[in-house]
Amino acid sequence: MKVQLVDIAHARSGDKGDTANVGVIALEPRWYDVLDKFVTRESVARHFNGLIDGEVERFELPNLNALNFLLHGALDGGGTLSLKTDAQGKVYSTALLRMTIDVPDAEAARLKLPAMKATP
Amino acid sequence: MTKVVRVAAGQGFWGDDLDAPRRQVEGGPIDYLMLDYLAEVTMSILQKQKERDSSLGYARDFVGAMESVLPAVIERGVKVIANAGGVNPPACAAAVKAVSDKRGGRNRLRIGVVTGDDLLGRLDELIAGGHPLDNMDTGEPLASVRDRVLSANAYIGSEPIVEALEKGANVVITGRSTDTALTMAPLRHEFGWSSDSWDKLASGIVAGHIIECGAQCSGGNCLYDWRSIPDLANVGYPLVEATADGSFVVTKHPNTGGLVSVPTVSEQLVYEMGDPHSYITPDVVADFTTIRLEQQGENRVRVSGIKGKPPTNKLKVSIAYRAGFKAVGSLVYVWPDALDKAELADRILRERLDRAGLRFDHILSEFVGATAAHGRLAGDQHGAPEVQLRFGVRGHDRAAVERFTRELAPLVLNGPPSVTGFAGGRPKVEEIVAYWPALVDKTVVRTHVEMVA
Repeated sequence: MKVQLVDIAHARSGDKGDTANVGVIALEPRWYDVLDKFVTRESVARHFNGLIDGEVERFELPNLNALNFLLHGALDGGGTLSLKTDAQGKVYSTALLRMTIDVPDAEAARLKLPAMKATP
Repeated sequence: MTKVVRVAAGQGFWGDDLDAPRRQVEGGPIDYLMLDYLAEVTMSILQKQKERDSSLGYARDFVGAMESVLPAVIERGVKVIANAGGVNPPACAAAVKAVSDKRGGRNRLRIGVVTGDDLLGRLDELIAGGHPLDNMDTGEPLASVRDRVLSANAYIGSEPIVEALEKGANVVITGRSTDTALTMAPLRHEFGWSSDSWDKLASGIVAGHIIECGAQCSGGNCLYDWRSIPDLANVGYPLVEATADGSFVVTKHPNTGGLVSVPTVSEQLVYEMGDPHSYITPDVVADFTTIRLEQQGENRVRVSGIKGKPPTNKLKVSIAYRAGFKAVGSLVYVWPDALDKAELADRILRERLDRAGLRFDHILSEFVGATAAHGRLAGDQHGAPEVQLRFGVRGHDRAAVERFTRELAPLVLNGPPSVTGFAGGRPKVEEIVAYWPALVDKTVVRTHVEMVA
């Protein structure tokens, strides 16, 4: 089943130089394992392919039901050098929540994961 | 009875709600008011002000804030801790003292002034002494931009603030203190935490991290169920109620808007997070993977379990330097085919800049309303009813950047149709003051505390 992160997580992002961080937090504690399993460093790097210049790092915070991603080279130089509207990476959070993951149907049913809504 | 110390945040950055400090001291009982004014490039702005007038160089909003909370400080014993001193803490203290004297507070303030973070005058000595101040991100030595440096300040920790409180200060003014030390220091002072009680110091740092951005932990900028967050017009700024074991409750005053919940606090915890195992500060390295959150009642989140470990032998240094010029301008294109028109305008503009022989280090065009924030992830936006072409250039040649600012307006008459939104006039050329993060040995930074009565 296709699941979109916006339906199972919330997020906040910020900056450190030219790196954006995105903290993704499961909306239900039981959904953390799904984030942990399917929102990998590789899948997030693919999601942002072409949109950032650097590597992706991932850290786990199971205590907060959260993952933290560092997106390097995401801010057009960052800080005052950046010409981007989002020079401080404030809305990378929702860009990550656009990501879709494929969860096996049985697991999705067991965890009552909401299916991705059809795009209008 | 268990001793509880209340530290309230009244300012999350320079430019935050001017009335928040007063609301924090009047809305309920607090012991300390913590005001954070400094962002990464704020110091360079203050340095420029100080160069023009040696009595400036601090966050002037703080003087008004002190005036508004003076009765609470004088009559109720609320203490204020702020990094409002910028590059001139003594001048900041003098301005606060002047306003206090005028408002009936003569001899009632004991201001602790923390200095020693300012390294600008010592840069050559430091570089010559084997401290290259390499850029932490790029590895370049500071010598490569040395002649363009505007300010240089070490991020200092809780120790000088604790020292000021021990000397009886009821107002502590620092320069480039870390944001988190402003909250941790009063807890360390009140509970007598030793300099190696890592878990407790780390707890104080986490408390600081949660409240340092003001209402961003109490409902502001919160994505979780955002429609349900009540009365943001009257949002309550956060405070922590801490106990000697390091655990604390995040809450806000009664009869305020916003919300303090596990989701609102969680979002703030991950804000600007790097490696959560190692949140490095001058006093302690906090492990954010040990934080336990628990809803303890309405608008009350208990935070406990935090572990810390010894700090490194370095301090981070915030250096600001001149890095060329930039200008950003925009035009709005409207249905039908709004995005197509904006894209054509972008191509025309690039061609004209090129033909004019203008060379820039960087050009960026964005299509606001379509793809500026999320790029291709936003999907096909060619049906968007209106799109803002936002066009920016950056370079070291000021004349070229100036010339660019004249190239936008002609497009209104000689470019694609259905264009508007140019009433603001030509874009402004801005000098870029960029941030250069570096590390320096702790031993070279000596802080001083001076009491001003």
